[in-house]
Amino acid sequence: MINKIVNSAAEAVAGIFDDATVMISGFGEAGSPIELIHALIDHGAKNLTVVSNNTGSGHVGLAALIENRQVKKMICSFPKTAISVVFPELYRKGEIELELVPQGTLAERIRSGGAGIPAFYTPTSVNTPLAEGKETRIIHGKTYVLEYAIEADFSLVKCKAADRYGNLIYNKTARNFGPIMCTAAKTTIVQAKQILDIGEIDPECVVTPGIFVKRVVEISNPEDESKLVAENRRYPWK
Amino acid sequence: MEIKNEITGWSSNQMAQKVAMDIHDGAYVNLGIGIPELVVGFIPEGREVIYHTENGLLGMGKTPDAGKEDPELVNAGKKCVTAIVGASFFHHADSFTMIRGGHIDICVLGALQVSEEGDLANWSTGEPGAIPAVGGAMDLVAGVKTIFVITQHCTKTGESKIVKQCTYPLTGKNVLNRIFTNLAIIDVVEKKLFVKELAPEVTFEYLQKHTEAKIYQYPQ
Repeated sequence: MINKIVNSAAEAVAGIFDDATVMISGFGEAGSPIELIHALIDHGAKNLTVVSNNTGSGHVGLAALIENRQVKKMICSFPKTAISVVFPELYRKGEIELELVPQGTLAERIRSGGAGIPAFYTPTSVNTPLAEGKETRIIHGKTYVLEYAIEADFSLVKCKAADRYGNLIYNKTARNFGPIMCTAAKTTIVQAKQILDIGEIDPECVVTPGIFVKRVVEISNPEDESKLVAENRRYPWK
Repeated sequence: MEIKNEITGWSSNQMAQKVAMDIHDGAYVNLGIGIPELVVGFIPEGREVIYHTENGLLGMGKTPDAGKEDPELVNAGKKCVTAIVGASFFHHADSFTMIRGGHIDICVLGALQVSEEGDLANWSTGEPGAIPAVGGAMDLVAGVKTIFVITQHCTKTGESKIVKQCTYPLTGKNVLNRIFTNLAIIDVVEKKLFVKELAPEVTFEYLQKHTEAKIYQYPQ
């Protein structure tokens, strides 16, 4: 019998090892798997390379993972928000690496990683500092830059509902990087707001087919990141 | 001593109105954060325009009423929005397929500098200590069919933002189609700038005097 459901966030993130590459879904707080990230803080794996569009806000979620010095490198498109303090401070001190990637190139590198495509050419970033040192090629008279796929050891993803096969559906713009990150990791770990019985998700409506998912944990009342930030909360909770 | 005679030209709302006039019925449009967002309010009646936001929504609607905000329904600026009837949600690779695959008709962006060849710099001033952040800007200028820039003609310290060559890091080279400033509407045609319309009181000479780049007039 296939049953990908695990009982706790701690069980879900078990086995994440030091030096792993970890993709984390979300666009700001929308779609960010905050309970899985907090479980990863408790778990303690270090020297991680994290692929995520942003770098978190305040002192919870991804920002807390960075603040806990578990991340050696961020691969992202927009490493700041109006309320991000942790990453900018460490970056200015030279204590965390940054690979800045245009958002569409980031998405395509992840998609390619999941699809067995090692690299691709794109016109995005040609003639800009982000293409410096990269291979270029002229195809049909236009210049393109070579970008390599990203594969991860683990992906942490938040979704709206899942079943024991790992079929997933998402909520509105919280979908963002989730479906492609599910495809690009050896072990995809999902927090779902609700676990449904097999068959309850219409096959026509499945967004991520279960083959891409290894573990699912139900988190029925996830924390509201912006509320935690507004209250200046810190993880680990004090 | 030269007497400073500053012409304010169009207001931000008037600039946005000019941009809106150039958005056709049925257009799929991506609006940058800030002044470009004003354009929504000026689309002429009878035109149906669909707004794309790169974090995965086609058919972005108005700002929600107070108390109706949903943190999982946001725009590229991470502000809460609504979805119109007929909207669709999709993941990031699909969203950037719309952008990079040339499916979005028009993108309206802000600018730090634009060059006389249609280069755009709008993501970084390159200052030491600044946190570099690019988001989707480079994808938009590389992939969207028509790129409009809406910007003040000069910086707050009076320097022309329309320059011979951008000194800030580029977002894209030869990517702009039309520039809307408080002083004029300027077309980029084969790596040259042509004035399309002047704001009230602005003469061609005045415009050129306040522009570092060379401006051309269309043949009469």
